[in-house]
Amino acid sequence: MRSQEARSTSSCAACKLWKRRCTPNCIFAPHFRSDEPKKFAKVHKVFGASNVSKILIEVTEEQREDIVNSLAYEAEARLRDPVYGCIGAIALLQRKMIQLQHDLALARARLSLYATTYSAGISNPESHRFRTVALGEFPVACGGFMDSFSQTCNEVNQDAHI
Amino acid sequence: MSSGRCAACRYLRRKCTEDCILSPYFPSNNPQRFVSVHRIYGASNVSKLLLRLPIHVRAEAADSLYFEAQCRLEDPVHGCVGLVFMLQQQIQAAESQLVKTRVQIAVMKSQAQHPQPREAESSFNNPFLRHFDNDANLSFSNQISSGFI
Repeated sequence: MRSQEARSTSSCAACKLWKRRCTPNCIFAPHFRSDEPKKFAKVHKVFGASNVSKILIEVTEEQREDIVNSLAYEAEARLRDPVYGCIGAIALLQRKMIQLQHDLALARARLSLYATTYSAGISNPESHRFRTVALGEFPVACGGFMDSFSQTCNEVNQDAHI
Repeated sequence: MSSGRCAACRYLRRKCTEDCILSPYFPSNNPQRFVSVHRIYGASNVSKLLLRLPIHVRAEAADSLYFEAQCRLEDPVHGCVGLVFMLQQQIQAAESQLVKTRVQIAVMKSQAQHPQPREAESSFNNPFLRHFDNDANLSFSNQISSGFI
């Protein structure tokens, strides 16, 4: 009866891909449901099922869902951008962050100017030429290491259009 | 010729041929680089990935694979996606600050142009500005499922 039940319940996406019986202790079953075949296919294509199972075995069960989600994210990023993968996304975010830091510094300088001139009773602070820019206060994650990637990402994507 | 083996072929204990796909990117003087990449991706997957790419971008691809592998080894749960998450949070906070600052500029500009003897609006009393003080509180899984950049 139990073996029939195991056969009648749907296999996980991994076992479906391999056309094998999904056992109750299948390490992939809790994280790669049968209704998400593409998720496993992508992870398998980039990392390989064997490597994924080694990674999952090394951590606690509570951490496995997060690991699978991050692997799926990385695999998707790598398939979309085979050259830079997730690094491309990180470089884009870094550039956005640097631009925001710049905009924020300018805005704060402008606010400071308004606060100063308003309190001094001057009605049009814009008449003062003011170029002081405060430094940003948000340290960008992995700044220096990513510089060469973020520059080259642009160049390669323009050339290769990958 | 065994002394001329690349790090990959040395690790895999095989002969390194002249057309070895891995040898330009995993030189023998940096064995750890291949070990890291192999642990996460496997030699076969790395070779297939590089073979699918034009030659002029393979070096960058190998570097990015190494970086991601290192991130994953240092943080097995999040890998380099942890950096994505951190940057998204930083961006969200910076955007919030920027909006708040711009609103304050608009308020001050308005007050400067129309000075009236009334209480100045501070951000603490302004419900619109108070909205931007709320911290983002997304779990990692929610952040991932919200989509790609």
